[in-house]
Amino acid sequence: MRIRAHPIIDFKKRAELPFYFQKKKIVGEEGDTIAAALHAAGVRTLTTSLKYGSPRGFFCGIGKCSSCLMRVNGVPNVRTCIAPLKEGILVEMQEKLAELPDAEFFGEPKKTIDVDVLIVGAGPAGLCAAIESAAQGASVLIVDENQSVGGQLVKQTHKFFGSKQERAGTRGIDIAKELENDLRRLESEGKIQVMIDATVIGCYESDKKHRFGVVERREYTSTLYDVRCDAVILACGAMENMLLFPGNDLPGVYGAGAVQTLMNVYGVKPGERVLMVGAGNVGLIVSYQLLQAGIAVDRVVEAAPVIGGYNVHAAKLRRCGVPIQTSHSIKEVCGEKKVEGAVVVRLDENWKPIKDSEEYIKCDTICLAVGLTPSTRLLSQIGVDLEFIPEAGGYVAPHDGAMQTSVKGVYVAGDASGIEEASTAMIEGKIAGLSPAILLGRSKNKKLLAQYREELAQLRAGPFGEKPRIAKQKIATLAEAHHA
Amino acid sequence: MREYEKTGLLSMKELQVPSKKQLAKGVAILECVQEIPCNPCVDSCPVHAISMKDINAPPVNDFEKCIGCTKCVGVCPGLAIFVVKVKDDKAWVTLPYEFITVPKVGDSVQALDRTGTVRSKALVKKIVKHGKTMVVTIEVESCLAMDIRNIKV
Repeated sequence: MRIRAHPIIDFKKRAELPFYFQKKKIVGEEGDTIAAALHAAGVRTLTTSLKYGSPRGFFCGIGKCSSCLMRVNGVPNVRTCIAPLKEGILVEMQEKLAELPDAEFFGEPKKTIDVDVLIVGAGPAGLCAAIESAAQGASVLIVDENQSVGGQLVKQTHKFFGSKQERAGTRGIDIAKELENDLRRLESEGKIQVMIDATVIGCYESDKKHRFGVVERREYTSTLYDVRCDAVILACGAMENMLLFPGNDLPGVYGAGAVQTLMNVYGVKPGERVLMVGAGNVGLIVSYQLLQAGIAVDRVVEAAPVIGGYNVHAAKLRRCGVPIQTSHSIKEVCGEKKVEGAVVVRLDENWKPIKDSEEYIKCDTICLAVGLTPSTRLLSQIGVDLEFIPEAGGYVAPHDGAMQTSVKGVYVAGDASGIEEASTAMIEGKIAGLSPAILLGRSKNKKLLAQYREELAQLRAGPFGEKPRIAKQKIATLAEAHHA
Repeated sequence: MREYEKTGLLSMKELQVPSKKQLAKGVAILECVQEIPCNPCVDSCPVHAISMKDINAPPVNDFEKCIGCTKCVGVCPGLAIFVVKVKDDKAWVTLPYEFITVPKVGDSVQALDRTGTVRSKALVKKIVKHGKTMVVTIEVESCLAMDIRNIKV
């Protein structure tokens, strides 16, 4: 299941790490997450449904969906899709709800960190926010749940669109490296603190500054930090949408991001033959990446009557012989313990299945690319106003042109502020990073702020920018109303 | 609704088609017809043949200025530019390629059209690497010049 040859990524064989799964020895590789190592060994069933006992695998692959929870070295509910593999660990499937262990969770006393700006999430928006804020003179702490920074950029093997300022023509994986280099340089200069494999667990009572609890995991033990900051930028991304159909919880049904994570980050094949659901840019791009990894794509089905993504991405797939069926959707997944096939169905103009149009497809993987929902749980806990805006992908925080929400000092950027592209997320990040630096008196560069806003407007000017344009217009109107 | 929005397939009516004379010297066919925010092809062109009204406008190639240098082929993030040259009964199609099976100059490969259908054999004449993208020139029959857009090695 390991990908050894790839046209874009160099997957070098890494050091072997033996570990135990259900008391059986399995050999993973250094740099794997636990779930990636299990997949590479052919293990896709990680949990069972609490209610039905049916097998389940992970769906999101980025620590958000909770269907990868396992017991590791006796510690229950470890998110194995983001937990790093270590030599000799004992990984077990949990039976029903896990028992609360007796072990101490916080062996050490908490530590205090005082900074100007806390940034939650080190994806394209968070990284750009951190770099901008620190370069303008603010002290910064950036926290991310994953083992490395870069967020979804680290799995984007395609070249980015846009103009030179947005690094057009550069692959997402290379943009991630460039941003990390900038970040590490500022870190070595003492301007940024970087905390990975750590979670911001909540906002706490404080009289002046904002105060957050951050838990840093290390070797499956945790350290609690008490972080005080003048501003916080929430760039915590989004969560992939699930679609309703029988069998959607079988191991082998993945979100598109999970498929990308497995194949482009860990070099592990999610399966051998994939049905892609959704012909937006994500579905089209991931389908092409599957072909590049040597995995067959049976077809792409899209419920809408038109392909949602760019024609150039659709054309790349078509000339490789992959059919794209618009007005088609998945009806059900076939298989008892894992995906063995699927039934697709044609839809009429009212999106209703047409009788006798069912077709059986043999495949071992279903990839869902049916949109994303902004991650707003922390915003909600802070008490920021949230509004449901369909064009933004769900509940989002109304924010002003500086990316500040209804709570002073709380900023948003990237997908967490409304679903869009990585290129716009990076510019929003720069705006969100620059704004508190100006407010705190660290920078006076208001001209730069105007320049970033102009770049954003340009990227959103075309027909494909219509949805975010509407979303951001509604957000701006709401923010003004809240302000008044 | 345009047909290509349903199928993903562009037809000649959406494309700028060069004249016979222009094809004889070799020109870039820009198979990018939608308004998307992207412009690296404009920057890559050494003779300023490719232009765009603004970053969202589809690119336009001035076939008179275009020298068929193939620089834009490896640059285009959408892998949507092909250089086509026709002489007598032969055509040379230069296309971007990003797969595991690597072609070599002199190889005989399968030539595929926009639907992925194998239409003929092709001879690999030239390979230039642009980062991880291979810019591959193949030789096919001239009647297939505007159809062949992919290879299978």
